[in-house]
Amino acid sequence: MKLWNKLMCYCRRRSPWIFHMNAGSCNGCDIELVASLSPRYDAEQLGVRLEGSPRHADILCITGPVTHNAAKAIQTVYGQVCGPKAVVAIGSCPATTNVFIDSRTIDGPLEKHLPVDVFVPGCPPRPDAIVQGVARAAAILAERELNKSTAVSIMVPIVENGCACGDGAECKAGEVQQ
Amino acid sequence: MNMTIALAAFPIPAGIVTALARFLIFPGLLFAVPAAWFFLWVERKAVALMQGRIGPPFMQPFYDFIKLLGKSTPPRSGIGGMLMKAWPMIAVASAAGAVGLLPVLPASGGFEGDLILLLALLELPSMCIIAAGFSSRSIFGEIGSAREAVLSVSYNVVFLLAILSIAASQHTFSLEALAQLPPSFLRYLGIAALLVCLPAKLHLNPFSLPNAEQEIYSGPMTEYAGPELAMWELSHGLEWVAATGLVATLVAPHVTLWWLAALIFVAISFGIVLLLSAVASATARLAIDTTVRFYWQITLIFAVLAVSSALLLRLRS
Repeated sequence: MKLWNKLMCYCRRRSPWIFHMNAGSCNGCDIELVASLSPRYDAEQLGVRLEGSPRHADILCITGPVTHNAAKAIQTVYGQVCGPKAVVAIGSCPATTNVFIDSRTIDGPLEKHLPVDVFVPGCPPRPDAIVQGVARAAAILAERELNKSTAVSIMVPIVENGCACGDGAECKAGEVQQ
Repeated sequence: MNMTIALAAFPIPAGIVTALARFLIFPGLLFAVPAAWFFLWVERKAVALMQGRIGPPFMQPFYDFIKLLGKSTPPRSGIGGMLMKAWPMIAVASAAGAVGLLPVLPASGGFEGDLILLLALLELPSMCIIAAGFSSRSIFGEIGSAREAVLSVSYNVVFLLAILSIAASQHTFSLEALAQLPPSFLRYLGIAALLVCLPAKLHLNPFSLPNAEQEIYSGPMTEYAGPELAMWELSHGLEWVAATGLVATLVAPHVTLWWLAALIFVAISFGIVLLLSAVASATARLAIDTTVRFYWQITLIFAVLAVSSALLLRLRS
């Protein structure tokens, strides 16, 4: 049984399937998310697959400051993702509502509605930062059901130049270098 | 002692032992499941290389399978829920059965008409996909199922006519006999028609409209999650092995050494997988009317020609 758990943990870390959801984003972060799957950044090396259905996904990637229209939809889609699951907030908008702060059309930030595991700040974040954020979320996800912990939010620092490994000294969890 | 008496009292026919060995060991489950994962990896890797990417690691389909086994599924109740759980199991079982019927090893036994059983078993997974989409009651699933049904009606006419022309030209419906007979010109025509049908059968790119990713979410699979989805992935991989294996047994030269026969079978299947993946990554998805027109107007003519010439040859001989 212990061996099976170990294998499951290993496989979960190497097979994060993501579902992308736009919660009122300006399309900037959406383009960067797709760019992270392109030949230059190639997230499929980590086993990332962009899925068409939230039922298939492990990681929910949300972009945009949550608009009133999107607030209910986000919760529906979060409910449709089967556990164990993780949420990655991509861009500054879901983290802080960014330049849209105090707008009457916004019901953000995202943390008001869902437990967020990883924030990837940036306006928009670089594709390698997004890849790093997804890899971090996969590592959180791998341990999730084994020790039943609740969501612990982690900030992925803005990656300056191509560091998407997640092991560097400057890439420690909880630090934001903005 | 008791065991011996029991065995002596109920002697197991050798045919059943061979059949079980073929279904469970080679080319059945023990060989086919790793081969299915390998072919799924080759497909993804070939597409990645064609796009100038590095692509997924070698064990990726295995990781995906294990991960999906550990995920939860939404609660399903009633007859609809039971059916939804049953379809992927039936698909895996029939695809594995189809692989088990392939006469890979020389003199592995078979029966007259196993070609017809193989065709039926190859068709069952796509029937299950149609039924699964409709029983999931998701609007995207229903669209995907309707597309799969239309696609299946289009390519199957050509697929079956191609097989029929091969069988009629060689006077047998037994796979073993077909694999041993020297190939004629008509067989190669039939094999070419089979190759044209394979992308539609495996939902590959020019004809990938049933599961059109992102366009109609995931088509018939939209509502599936966790272990059930893992079974669908496995049945897709097994379909790869069975469909490419069918072509490989028809193409492969007849050899008596068993290990050489197995090696040739794997090599030809691998070549076909590479060919199909390259075509898939080089083409875009066709619309449903273009696909139907392709099979009914263009390919069908050649298939009918193949069948009629096979029948004429048979009358003459």
